[in-house]
Amino acid sequence: MSDAASVHPYIPNSLPRIKREMLDAIGVAEVDELYAAIPERLRFAGSLDLPEPLRSEYALRRHVEAILDRNESCARTLSFLGGGCWQHYVPAVCDEIANRGEFVTAYYGETYGDHGKLQALFEFASMMGELVELEAVSMPTFDWGSAAATSLCMAARITGRRTAIVPASTGAERRSIIGGYCEPWVDLVTIPFDRASGLLDLDRVREAVSDETACVYFEVPGYLGTIETQAADIAAIAHEADALCVVGVDPISLGVLEAPPRYGADIVCGELQPLGIHMHYGGGLAGFVASPDEERFVAEYPTFLIGIGPTIVEGEYAFGEVVWDRTSYVRRGESKEYTGTTQFLWAIAAGAYLALLGPDGLAELGRGIMERARYGARRLDELPGVRAPALDGPFFKEFVVDFGETGRTVAEINRALRHRGIFGGADLSDEYPELGQCALFCVTEVHTQADIDRLADELAEVLR
Amino acid sequence: MTLRPFHQASWNEPVLLEISSPGERGLLVPEVEDGVRAAAKDPFAGIPDSLRRSEPPALPELSQPQVVRHYLRLSQETLGNDVNIHLGLGTCTMKYSPKVNEELIRSPNVADLHPLQNDETVQGMLEVFYRFERMLCEISGMSRFTFQPAGGSQGVYANARMMRAYHEANGDGDRDEVVTTIFSHPCDGASPATAGFKVITVYAGDRGYAEPDAIKAAVSDRTAGLLITNPEDTGLFNPHIDEIVDIVHDAGGLCHYDQANANGILGITRARDAGFDLCQFNLHKTFSSPHCSMGMPCGAAGVTDKLAPFLPAPTIELDGSRYYLDYDRPQAIGKIRAFHGVPASVVRSYAWVLSLGADGLREVAEVAVLNNNYLATRLSAVDGMEVSFADENSDHRLEQIRYSLAKLQEETGVGTVDVARRTADFGVASYFPSHEPWIVPEPATLEPSESYSKADLDTYAEIMAQISREAREEPETILNAPHRSTIHKMDPAPHDDPELWALTWRAYLRKAGKGRRA
Repeated sequence: MSDAASVHPYIPNSLPRIKREMLDAIGVAEVDELYAAIPERLRFAGSLDLPEPLRSEYALRRHVEAILDRNESCARTLSFLGGGCWQHYVPAVCDEIANRGEFVTAYYGETYGDHGKLQALFEFASMMGELVELEAVSMPTFDWGSAAATSLCMAARITGRRTAIVPASTGAERRSIIGGYCEPWVDLVTIPFDRASGLLDLDRVREAVSDETACVYFEVPGYLGTIETQAADIAAIAHEADALCVVGVDPISLGVLEAPPRYGADIVCGELQPLGIHMHYGGGLAGFVASPDEERFVAEYPTFLIGIGPTIVEGEYAFGEVVWDRTSYVRRGESKEYTGTTQFLWAIAAGAYLALLGPDGLAELGRGIMERARYGARRLDELPGVRAPALDGPFFKEFVVDFGETGRTVAEINRALRHRGIFGGADLSDEYPELGQCALFCVTEVHTQADIDRLADELAEVLR
Repeated sequence: MTLRPFHQASWNEPVLLEISSPGERGLLVPEVEDGVRAAAKDPFAGIPDSLRRSEPPALPELSQPQVVRHYLRLSQETLGNDVNIHLGLGTCTMKYSPKVNEELIRSPNVADLHPLQNDETVQGMLEVFYRFERMLCEISGMSRFTFQPAGGSQGVYANARMMRAYHEANGDGDRDEVVTTIFSHPCDGASPATAGFKVITVYAGDRGYAEPDAIKAAVSDRTAGLLITNPEDTGLFNPHIDEIVDIVHDAGGLCHYDQANANGILGITRARDAGFDLCQFNLHKTFSSPHCSMGMPCGAAGVTDKLAPFLPAPTIELDGSRYYLDYDRPQAIGKIRAFHGVPASVVRSYAWVLSLGADGLREVAEVAVLNNNYLATRLSAVDGMEVSFADENSDHRLEQIRYSLAKLQEETGVGTVDVARRTADFGVASYFPSHEPWIVPEPATLEPSESYSKADLDTYAEIMAQISREAREEPETILNAPHRSTIHKMDPAPHDDPELWALTWRAYLRKAGKGRRA
């Protein structure tokens, strides 16, 4: 075989000449001798049945781009989808930083060689700590659902109890993640939400709480967009029973909404994706957990925790793993929860986002989102047979729209909108049959007045 | 060989919160149109004061150049695989992540897709999923894969959940134990433990891997399954692996093959052909998707036909010429990760496999094994460094080796943690000693994947040789290292002390009383 036929640009030692030198140095005639430990009966005979390779970068790019061009992205299509992943503006600086080769190709946190990466991660935790006013913040979990599941398990271990109260308004997918994960450790009690407001019924919370309750979990804003106005009362009910209060948040709301500990949260968790991270077909999700910096909390984190400390040189910072012996890397089969590679790159992007926005930017952004969402609800509510918001609790960026009186299903309406170049709100009719033909619409800072007017106008045509 | 003089970037960057300058802004947000504002009226109507932000968060206030400069300095203080010979991270399969694949996933056709878009609008993405699933089935011999797990440990966790669901569906729910081995990845114990299993860990025999008799002694009618890495972290391939699978099957258990260490066996040996029922590949390791500072990963989980009904929803199916997400899966375990996992990793890995083909994948494996054995040959000349289990097992290691520096430590007092720290002075990230527990004394686990040149391997060997010489001639140089890294030797004590540890800047200010700039 000629060198040109065998050489591969990603594999320096694919050159036969170099291979020969290396084999000689090892003292074997063929590479196959190095595989002597694998018995013949376990060897794969023949060649894998894979597509012919596209060896030139150009051919590869043409092929993959042609496939991906069959997608219709939210960059070109006006979208009002939310429901756990949201289209926000991603600042160019966030992309620049998250795309740096040094960060993209680094891995495990190493105090010296990766000092810069660890500092960026510590700064992420520090800024999240300011946002939620808590001193202990985890490295990323897989997503909001895994952050909530871990928070509930932590609460169970901290309190020595094994029941957690979760509202039915948490969303089916997130409840599935939480339920499956918690099943061996925490019994979930699902409580209904008020059909009119989307908020919790305090009497139902009181009924559900007992001396077996490890924690009460709720979200601000919730999956259905509503802001739980009774948050302080719910936290008080939990605390009266010596249970913890766990609150899930969309952190982009925290420039305008209160830091959860101020209304009684003990553990805060949530989703980082809104903070300068592209949706990536859901790949942009990453969760976080935060708590007071008390040993009884910190000892129960399964995640990586990065701390700041000194070096032998005065004034120099170093970053290291805090209580590494907690983690499943050490405890193996004795672990309470596993950890591993999750979504750290997004923590770096989220940190950069918070640094860019600052307190004023975040407050302006939050207010603007709320104004646009209200404008959107108002425009849709004007349409015959359409009710928006269909839940009368206050909302942040998402709101439920009821199409029941139009005689059309959400699926039909969304199909028609799609043909007009619009992705309508997420269909809730399977997830919450009790709501009937409802959809969850999301409006953020990416939507101009003209965008929202276009939605309303096209919807009017569709419903005509 | 003379090593090049090196000093890593050392900017002494303050923590961002120290350099805040009140009033500065890094980004202006889109203005709200008058018509919107007028119609929205008071957006906070109905929200009680207890839920309105009472004090602005103490985020830094910085203009854009300050933010960019800060983060780019931090990136310069990070030795990713793009900038160093990163073969020291054994078990992690550091390798080159092709730049063209990064460009592909940054396209709006990947980056700006919403996971709830109608199937008709994501046909390209579903096609990539579908095609790549077929590829992994061929590479492993398995019948189906899910890409939902967003990490290797989550892939193992998904498979542990499927084991449980399978046994419960077969009226065998009393099986509450799993077996793993001490040189398997820690998550092979931790992930099933999280799923509620009691974990039995089998230790290695004389030859450095679990012997069939030890597995036989560990299984019973309580055994739900086995979770084992092979080759293990030692780089040793357990040649009895199919016999071990038979033992577990005979006891009624299922077998999961942790293929995070698959880089040396692509096209050489397959999970299904050794009898396994489940396996997982880490796309961010073997399949070249970048490690992204600990994420965005994918732990692709594969199963045989009999376990396929338990795969989490949705699966990706093809109906004629149309791809669709199938949620109609009555026996599926619940959601493992929201939506569809980390699709960008799937796109990257699809492109990577396509750039190589069957022969190319085998070339990857063979060169990874060749590189490892060549480096071992070079390192065998380093005084004080030995291949673990070398006396007991003369088999060639596959893609990685757990070395021991016990001899160096005994003779000079310089241990592996010191040596690892010292390597940072030569422009390579400190190597990974070992997962816990340290069965091999003074361990160092090196994995020179196919991405490193012979000259890279020679350089790395020379770094270790030089440090070995220093250990005898000037041990203080090593004990006080690093000297030419971003920072100097860390005092680790605070990180295990509740009075001193600080996970955030606000905790640090409370405990230390001040920052450097105060």
